[in-house]
Amino acid sequence: MELFRNTNIDFLGKKWYFLAFSLVFSLAGLFSMIFWHGVPLGVDFRGGTLVYVKYAHRPDPAKIHEELVRAGLKNARVQAYDKPENNEVLIALDIQETSEQALDRGKIQIIQALQSNAPAGKLDLNNASSLTILNYLLEKDPLHLGADANTRYTTVAQASVNYRDKQKGGVLGSIDELKGVVDPAVVASLQDGFFVSDFAVRNVEIVGPQVGKQLQKQAFLATGYSLLGMLVYLGFRFEWIYGVAAVLTVFHDTLITVGAFSLLNWEISLTVIAAILTLIGYSNNDTIVVFDRIRENIKLLRREKLADIVNKSINQTLSRTILTAGLTFLTVLALFLFGGEVLRGFSFALVIGILIGTYSSIAIAAPILVAYQDWRQERGKRPVAMPARTGSRQDGSKEKVKA
Amino acid sequence: MNKNLTWKLVLILAILVVFTIGIFGPPWEWAGKKPLQAVTDRIHLGLDLKGGTHLILQVQVNDAVNIDSDNAMARLKEDLRAHKINYAEITKPDPANHPDMMVIKGVPPEQRSDLQTIVADRLPEYVLTSGAENSYTLSMKAQSLNDLKNRAVAQAIETIRNRIDALGVNEPVIQEHGLGQYQILVQLPGVDDPARVKDIIKSTAMLEIKQSLGGPFSSQAQAYQELAGKPDAVVLPGRTIERSSDETGETWYLISRAAAVTGSDLRDAQPGTDENGQPEVKFTLSSEGGRKFYSFTSAHVGDSLAVVLDGKVQEVANIRDAIRDSGVITGRFTQEQTRDLSLKLRSGALPASINYLEERTVGPSLGADSIRSGVRAAIVGMAAVLVFMLVYYRGAGINADIALILNLIILLGFMGYFGAVLTLPGIAGVILTVGMGVDSNVLIFERIREELRNGKTPPSAVEQGFSHAWITIVDTHVTTIVSAAILFIFGTGPVRGFATTLVFGLAANLFTAVFVSRTIFDWQLSRKQRGEALSI
Repeated sequence: MELFRNTNIDFLGKKWYFLAFSLVFSLAGLFSMIFWHGVPLGVDFRGGTLVYVKYAHRPDPAKIHEELVRAGLKNARVQAYDKPENNEVLIALDIQETSEQALDRGKIQIIQALQSNAPAGKLDLNNASSLTILNYLLEKDPLHLGADANTRYTTVAQASVNYRDKQKGGVLGSIDELKGVVDPAVVASLQDGFFVSDFAVRNVEIVGPQVGKQLQKQAFLATGYSLLGMLVYLGFRFEWIYGVAAVLTVFHDTLITVGAFSLLNWEISLTVIAAILTLIGYSNNDTIVVFDRIRENIKLLRREKLADIVNKSINQTLSRTILTAGLTFLTVLALFLFGGEVLRGFSFALVIGILIGTYSSIAIAAPILVAYQDWRQERGKRPVAMPARTGSRQDGSKEKVKA
Repeated sequence: MNKNLTWKLVLILAILVVFTIGIFGPPWEWAGKKPLQAVTDRIHLGLDLKGGTHLILQVQVNDAVNIDSDNAMARLKEDLRAHKINYAEITKPDPANHPDMMVIKGVPPEQRSDLQTIVADRLPEYVLTSGAENSYTLSMKAQSLNDLKNRAVAQAIETIRNRIDALGVNEPVIQEHGLGQYQILVQLPGVDDPARVKDIIKSTAMLEIKQSLGGPFSSQAQAYQELAGKPDAVVLPGRTIERSSDETGETWYLISRAAAVTGSDLRDAQPGTDENGQPEVKFTLSSEGGRKFYSFTSAHVGDSLAVVLDGKVQEVANIRDAIRDSGVITGRFTQEQTRDLSLKLRSGALPASINYLEERTVGPSLGADSIRSGVRAAIVGMAAVLVFMLVYYRGAGINADIALILNLIILLGFMGYFGAVLTLPGIAGVILTVGMGVDSNVLIFERIREELRNGKTPPSAVEQGFSHAWITIVDTHVTTIVSAAILFIFGTGPVRGFATTLVFGLAANLFTAVFVSRTIFDWQLSRKQRGEALSI
């Protein structure tokens, strides 16, 4: 099977359309970043408290918000999270409620507010880890064990927690549900010391202001170094203008991807930054494949104009470009559709980025090369945007090629 | 089949075996284990997949510097007195920002060189610079200051490790974090209600046994009145006591500055109960500490002794006899409190106080969900790619699929050998490796098709296809590995897991997409008649 055979599309002739397309998307993103949503930063960068709570029944965000306000958390934001049948809500507090002195104060307040029905002196079994249960059992010793109490109760505590988390999705309806899992004497003892609330905390993220700033700086540095590394490597392997073209292209991709997050008002988390760095690598891949072909063709077709060589090179690599992009896109799409809520932002960045990255290596990188060439010629200089080095396998000639 | 080809096939098989063992462990360890169990024994799941608590702590290293400079100041005062050098005062002008800096005022000019000699001899870590009006500034050498701070972090890590080990957390991670900001990363798998653990980690647990010079007083003001004329005493708070049935009140004490013994003189501390069944902590002193304690108590029979924990008076008792090497701490503790306190005393004091900067808790149920969706996405994505390659490239598609599967085996085997951590973004990295790994195959195959179209024979087309694509493949892999490596350096936790899988995956891909795929082609060609078409 073959999808693209001997295509001969004049890509460079359409550069004004490409430019317009890129401008529209970049400017829309930039506009949103400056005047509309800004760059929506996730809790990693902005600091604050996020508590993900799973309920035994369908939660009502408005009612939960009321409970939180009653407990004094006026600025808490409550929203449904993930698919409705998962009964999950996300409660967010701003950085003001997340001081460095008492980092988890907000979290404790949230849990206390939600546990309004808690009987005094009892612990919440739905929000206890096996270590807490183990300590309780060691103290009460319901099975009257002697020497090996520690190992036995560790197993018992682990079994209870496993049953709660793996079979019951994290929330027990009542302590009686443990009857089939552990000894009845243990269940009776647990009932003395524990109660079950109608929710379980699934995930907590608390980031202090200092870390947020530090991570912002690191994300910037990482992206910057990544681009710099690319520029240096391509400058070394090709000519500096190839490095510049590739970096400009990747910058364009990053801008549009971040712009998409801004337009949709989706938060940029650490994993989204990881996705963007991956895109920098990926988009660069695509660009290098085209550049490599240009370099090869320049040696073979010394008489042709650079614009024609570039066009030819793009066409020759087109089927590879589309196939690879399509296959990578398939895997990323699987991630976006099946990878779950935690990876949603990450896989979304990849979905957007792969589309843009593929487009840009054809529509941005190559025209930059040609534009530079034309600009040099206009100034009456000899075109030098040719590779000084060639692939080591061939002849190793160092001669600069005249166009 | 020629000899060269046989060797290549043997090599590939050997690598397959080696990395399969990397994933599942050596066969003699398989007995009685489920395959999944065998895998997770070697490739550890990250906190985001198995649940647990992730904490980032800031060590307030300036505390440690302040302690050091306080000691240095005390030593200096003693030496100046011994050498009869006059001075008006020694102060620390800015303990918050420059904890190492001391200012000495009013040293007569003729004693200047004596002062310089003393500093050089007795405080080699400090440098003395002269300022205006017979004043001198003493500050720590940059190198020493740095060492001191790093030592504080190292010691804090050690102490925290002792405490966490004593709590019975499995496979905790305690290591320095970030790029020289004196932070510590603590990961506690399986702990998702971290409040108690956090208290235990954070408490400095500075134990001091000192002489009590007065008290208890019922208010701080009263205690300060009594302080007048006692330069060697400080006012410290005590426990809240019940004055009568419905009234409680605070207590304050005058306590000596110098300590008879401190927590570092302890040999052991254990929870126990007194004759009335009240929980208490029994401690024994090291031989050196015992000697110090004996000489102190024998000189102070009849005086009062205070047990001070983190700047708070726990109890005051009369010294009836000289005590050599053991004692108890009582004070309305619950059993859990005595257990925790003895644990903290055993593990030693923290050299500096600690702040929490970041706390992330993942419940195990979320981790289980994440594994499920991650694996599902991986299987769907992988299947889609494998099927597409078969349909699009027919015979060569099998070749690519074999290379891809081998790529995955090598990737996972690598992770098994290095004990790498698999996180949720790491699973995404595996999926992405499949998508990007197939790129090399596509590059090569498209090139071979092109050469065939140009009229080359299959063997020469394969030869040309590989040699042309090789340069491109090296360039693309190097740049992607560069960005993944930068991600590894700057990232933490889950993101690091992603970078790890990406780097390993791409490195393995260089081998599978080029060497393995080429060998399979050669093997296919060697079985064909001359001029027979290649299925691609």
